[in-house]
Amino acid sequence: MAKITLKDLSHSYLKTQSSDADWAVRDVNIDWEDGGAYALLGPSGCGKTTLLNIISGLINPTKGDILFNDKMVSNLNPVERNIAQIFQFPVIYDTMTVYDNLAFPLKNRKIEEDKIKAKVHEIAEMLELSSTLSNRASGLTADGKQKISLGRGLVRSDVNAIMFDEPLTVIDPHLKWILRSKLKELHQKINRTMIYVTHDQTEALTFADQVVVMHEGQIVQTGTPVDLFEKPKHTFVGYFIGSPGMNLLPCEFKGGDVILNGKKIETHTKVKSNNFSKTEIGVRPEFINFSSDGIPVKVLSVSNTGRHKIVDTQSQSGKIKMIAKASEDIPSGSAFLSFKKEYTYAYGDDWIIE
Amino acid sequence: MNKTINQKAWFFVIPVFVLVAFNAIIPLMTVVNYAFQETFGNNVFMWEGTRWFKQIMLSERFHASLGRQFLFTFIILFIQIPLGIAIALTMPKEGIGVPICLVLMSMPLLIPWNVVGAMWNIFALPDIGFLGHSLNALGFDYNFTQQIGDAWFTTILMDVWHWTSLVVLLSYAGLQSIQPAYYQAAEIDGASRWAVFTKIELPKMKKVLTIAILLRFMDSFMIYTEPFVLTGGGPGNATAFLSIDLVKMALGQFDLGPAAAMSLIYFFIVLLVCWVFYTLMMRNEGNQ
Repeated sequence: MAKITLKDLSHSYLKTQSSDADWAVRDVNIDWEDGGAYALLGPSGCGKTTLLNIISGLINPTKGDILFNDKMVSNLNPVERNIAQIFQFPVIYDTMTVYDNLAFPLKNRKIEEDKIKAKVHEIAEMLELSSTLSNRASGLTADGKQKISLGRGLVRSDVNAIMFDEPLTVIDPHLKWILRSKLKELHQKINRTMIYVTHDQTEALTFADQVVVMHEGQIVQTGTPVDLFEKPKHTFVGYFIGSPGMNLLPCEFKGGDVILNGKKIETHTKVKSNNFSKTEIGVRPEFINFSSDGIPVKVLSVSNTGRHKIVDTQSQSGKIKMIAKASEDIPSGSAFLSFKKEYTYAYGDDWIIE
Repeated sequence: MNKTINQKAWFFVIPVFVLVAFNAIIPLMTVVNYAFQETFGNNVFMWEGTRWFKQIMLSERFHASLGRQFLFTFIILFIQIPLGIAIALTMPKEGIGVPICLVLMSMPLLIPWNVVGAMWNIFALPDIGFLGHSLNALGFDYNFTQQIGDAWFTTILMDVWHWTSLVVLLSYAGLQSIQPAYYQAAEIDGASRWAVFTKIELPKMKKVLTIAILLRFMDSFMIYTEPFVLTGGGPGNATAFLSIDLVKMALGQFDLGPAAAMSLIYFFIVLLVCWVFYTLMMRNEGNQ
């Protein structure tokens, strides 16, 4: 068990790097607290898996340090770091039985036979694999195999952290849900640091206490699901999380005010600097209302999801989506929108201004 | 699904049938024909029943060449399979080394068999061949045309040189298809290099190795050209494997009946061994 710290970490798969895009992971600074349930969220190719492999020691980072409990581990191999990792595709040892598969990490560490036996049975019980222990592992279904991979990560009681690299990709949707709750339950039971990599926001938001959002090799925000929703620190977090995502409209900053089409918009904080190449205003559809005065728009379409209505509107600066109550009457044709001040943010070069 | 009954479809099978008939069935039937009869030419045949089969089965000459054949095949399998796997394991997995290794490995496979035989014959000649001369210069009394041990050594060396590459290429393909996650998981599980080999690589290579063993068994069991060119079956009959012996009987002595019976027995041995081997491998597969 340990607190994991990543310091000024960057990694590139290329020998020489000329631009930011050459880095798979860049300038990562983060503390993973002991016992936390973290989700590492981001689209495919944003560097999640690279970051995970750096923590476990499968990859040596180009720059930066990795510390476990403030002790440098950058030069240690995966065995010495004592990390458990579960991969996207179930990895099982075909020729072994389920029991031997689960016992394998312990046998490699020369643990006594009866201790192994007790531990394997305990984990098998937890994962509902007890009845198949003497079967050959290769005969199991995909989710059975993934449970074995999972089990191999869990049998070692002293691991510093358990990391999951999109572990439910190959699992059927209905089993996905079951396994996900199982993981959550496991976390509460064994209270070990868990890092869960995924590109699925539902998975991330249901599993984790803290969600770490990655974009183009950088960590753009770390926070609780509520933080990410209410105050996205980066435009990427705004539109990646939430359905539909945040509205982002090009605007001007003038004398501390945010001007959208010549109209001053009240935002969460005043803008102090004016030194950006790209300036935007961001507000989630949930925080927009119809009003008698405000931003003039044309209502384009309304879709009713049952719980609420999603309204597409066209303003002079671009399309704006808003969410209205299912009972609310939607004006047709021209209308005015107002944004809730405390949830409306200004973004300079994609980063929040606060 | 309802199948349409249309007997005209058989017409489409005719080309294949004709082809197979001409290159397999008719020649085989000719051999079967010879195996039960005696002929002195002029298209005069006399029925002999199973006489040639009995004669071959009881013949010491056949037993000896069959024994030599099995010994040879087992020796080369025993060398080529482990050696092939070992070479495949040491080959680079990416980078410029991959095409270089692949081309180098394929070269022996591209050389015609009689050329291989001729090459090794010259290479191993005790007086002028590089190998033969060097061995003698180093103090070994080496002469593959006179000494039985040397003849076997050279034949086996030639076959290993010619065919290990096939095992290497198949094993390499098997190794390359293993997903990196397996190695990463093994690393995290703390597996030793030996455990990675026995628990991951070998099981994952099982299918290609089955094919490699089958191919190498069949090819080596039917080997003819290379030892014929290298040693001609000699010294004496020391390297007269089944095919060489068969050709001697059929074309050298013109004993068509016994030779035909021998070919059939030969054919059934190959078929039987392949079938037994394949069934065993596949039965294991079914258990999984």
